[in-house]
Amino acid sequence: MSAGKRSNEPVVWFLFGVGGFFAAYFLPVHVLFYGLLFPSGLVHAPGYQQTLALVRHPLTRLYLFALLTFCFFHAAHRMRLTMSDVLNLRHLNTVLAFLCYGGAIVGTIVTVWLLATV
Amino acid sequence: MAQYTQFQPKAYRPRMSAYWYLDQWHYLRYALRESSSFFVAYFCVLTLVQLAALGAGAGRYAHFEALMRCPLMIIINAVALAFFLLHSITWFNLVPRVAMRQMLGRPTPDMVSSAPNYMVWFGATVILALFFLGVL
Repeated sequence: MSAGKRSNEPVVWFLFGVGGFFAAYFLPVHVLFYGLLFPSGLVHAPGYQQTLALVRHPLTRLYLFALLTFCFFHAAHRMRLTMSDVLNLRHLNTVLAFLCYGGAIVGTIVTVWLLATV
Repeated sequence: MAQYTQFQPKAYRPRMSAYWYLDQWHYLRYALRESSSFFVAYFCVLTLVQLAALGAGAGRYAHFEALMRCPLMIIINAVALAFFLLHSITWFNLVPRVAMRQMLGRPTPDMVSSAPNYMVWFGATVILALFFLGVL
């Protein structure tokens, strides 16, 4: 690396690390209730109005913004490295980085838009 | 300045099988742990779909709920839960490898370093479950 050129790796590793903690703490209970218990009828699902009221609370919006944004970047970084290392696609590193981080940025923009308009 | 030689030395590139992660259990566990990221992305997108359905009205949300009741979706979500649990456990077990590990000048046991994360995980799970059930 030439002198004076800064690497952007610390930024993506920071987003990856924070997203890893968010995913580890919060995603299992989300998928347990909204992916399994509510749809299967084992637990009575909250209705439309109750869910809407929960999502419209400012703290819920803040929580969902942080959760989804950090998890998108966590997934993007790990997916890039997985495809590069596990699937031996190192020669496509630039394309993978563009697709993964670009997807995370698009996901973040859509998250902000949906949370602002719901 | 380097001179041209007829026989250039080539970098050593060991040939690696496309299925190298099946060679050892440790490799497979690594590949499975890293693959959890695909399910993280999937569930984030699914949550965005849920938010869009919520914003579109009660009718659209009923369609979303019907989609979630589909057996295939329940199977995918069960697999996602398994991968999320693998991610959580491996993530918390990594903390002792990267965090400061000295307490009163002595090395801290692995479990003591990981335990606070498991406690926060349990607390966060209970609190979120109470919110989802409408108790809080």
